[in-house]
Amino acid sequence: MPKSLINLLLLAVLACQLVLLTKAESGFYNQHPAWLLLLIACSAAASCLLTRLTLLCQHLPSKQAVIKPLIPGLFAFMLLLFWQSIVVGYAISPVLLPAPSAIFNALINNLPILWADFKQTYLKAVLAGYFIGCLSGFVVAQWAVKSAFLRRGLVPLGNFMSAIPIVGIAPIMVMWFGFDWQSKAAVIVVMTFFPMFINSLTGLQSCDAIHKDLMHTYAASKTQTFVKSQLPQALPFIFNALKLNATLALIGAIVAEFFGTPIVGMGFRISTEVGRMNMDMVWATIVVAAIAGSLSYGALALLEKSLLFWHPSFRGNK
Amino acid sequence: MKKYLTDSQWFSLMILVVAIIGIWYLAALIMNGNQLINTLERKKQDWTYSQVLQQAYQVKRPMLPAPHQVAMELKKSVFERSISSKRSLVFHSFITLNSTLLGFLLGSILGIVIAIGIVHSKTLDASLMPWVIASQTIPILAIAPIIVVVLGALNITGVVPKAIISMYLSFFPVTIGMVKGLRASDTLHQELMYTYNASALQTFWKLRWYSAQPYLFASLKVAIAAALVGAIVAELPTGAQGGLGARLLSGSYYGQTEQIWAALIMAALLGSLLVWLVGVAERALLKRRGGLANA
Repeated sequence: MPKSLINLLLLAVLACQLVLLTKAESGFYNQHPAWLLLLIACSAAASCLLTRLTLLCQHLPSKQAVIKPLIPGLFAFMLLLFWQSIVVGYAISPVLLPAPSAIFNALINNLPILWADFKQTYLKAVLAGYFIGCLSGFVVAQWAVKSAFLRRGLVPLGNFMSAIPIVGIAPIMVMWFGFDWQSKAAVIVVMTFFPMFINSLTGLQSCDAIHKDLMHTYAASKTQTFVKSQLPQALPFIFNALKLNATLALIGAIVAEFFGTPIVGMGFRISTEVGRMNMDMVWATIVVAAIAGSLSYGALALLEKSLLFWHPSFRGNK
Repeated sequence: MKKYLTDSQWFSLMILVVAIIGIWYLAALIMNGNQLINTLERKKQDWTYSQVLQQAYQVKRPMLPAPHQVAMELKKSVFERSISSKRSLVFHSFITLNSTLLGFLLGSILGIVIAIGIVHSKTLDASLMPWVIASQTIPILAIAPIIVVVLGALNITGVVPKAIISMYLSFFPVTIGMVKGLRASDTLHQELMYTYNASALQTFWKLRWYSAQPYLFASLKVAIAAALVGAIVAELPTGAQGGLGARLLSGSYYGQTEQIWAALIMAALLGSLLVWLVGVAERALLKRRGGLANA
């Protein structure tokens, strides 16, 4: 029983800090520095709870599915609480660092604007560029597998390109394809092409010789060999590139919008609101971008799990 | 077996590069030619194809500068200006290089520290690791202007804000690689350390640190390229006075395409030079360990 009592005590410390945040006027640490002790106690309590949860997770494997997401969740809660306490407690100017609550308010109050930005940047530029870039990278890798000449020439070029800051082509693409989403999609196509090319090539080449022989004894056609043997074995590599490209694409679109855009889009919003010192709006845009990025990454991970259930890296986890 | 010239890597690479330059010239002719024809027609002047052919590579602000135009601009801004001149690309490269290297150093240290924490503490593994991964699904570069403005308000300007953005981009590959590497030590060796009753510190310095080195260098190559991207992008939204990013931005404002291309090629050269340097360090170190260079 004392164990659960300690847990309750730790939670109570966290709750105290929350109450302090809502009840006290801003700048309370300036007036009563002693309250800082509560903040220290609160971080200690949170880390103590984290350790306990981790231990619990190991001892109760049956309830892991419930407990495991709680641990990073609590960690994030601790960080947000700390952030809010410092910003409100010392009355830090919102130009420097807005409080999480202010960011949340900006997010809720500006939903239509944020949705329009999201539509422009993500639904138009990112999706189009990502799709074209990944597909063309895969198709060229297909050719390179068949032709040793292409492979020998393109692989060093691809490795060279990976060292180049490709976002730098953004001003050129804006000049060629205009201010609208097409230029951003073009930047994304160039950015995502090489990771996809290198990864698919490695994957398609990793095909086991025994499998090839097996397909040959089955008298399988080239298409059948590709679909049933080569492609599944290349999928882990392809998903690697897809996941990497999902974040690259978002970064590319946002950075390309710094170089010129119609008056809508996430990169445009960030650069103008920084100019107007509306930091809560900037952070709200970042939150939207973070959610979009995490969701697309998560969706890809789910798709990978459903397609690659047979792969050792997934079977081993069970 | 007989060796053919066509089987060598250099041959394929050369043919491809020549082909790319050929396509480049052709594309420049078409794009600049169209631009030229449009201007001439707007001025209601007559034009012939031979005239367009002659002038396509001499347009003042071409849509796509031909390779030799870029090379001329590069030569002009690298060799013919004194290094301290604001028009010298070497000057701007050094500004970018400064923040890249500082950010890379900070990012590597941060990445290694986080990885050591994650490997040694189950709590950190469960609580921090998901957020390390999630941090990369956020377009970190979006934070670049904020960091620069916030630190500027605190009177921290110059190289530090850019280095912090480079650090943010470069710590992730190092963390992931190091976590993998620190856990990659041979089970037999780990058991040996256990029978020796080695402390965590001893296991770390005598075993884990060595198993992590090949992974570390693979990560460092990615990290230094990412740090360069971070430094260049950090120069964009704030109207930085110097650096390759500032060159890109001012070139884009004033339609100086040759300047953009020259800055871009300089960035490419800088990027591959940095990755190559890390590769040299990797080979030197792994050679001393007995040629694990392929790991």
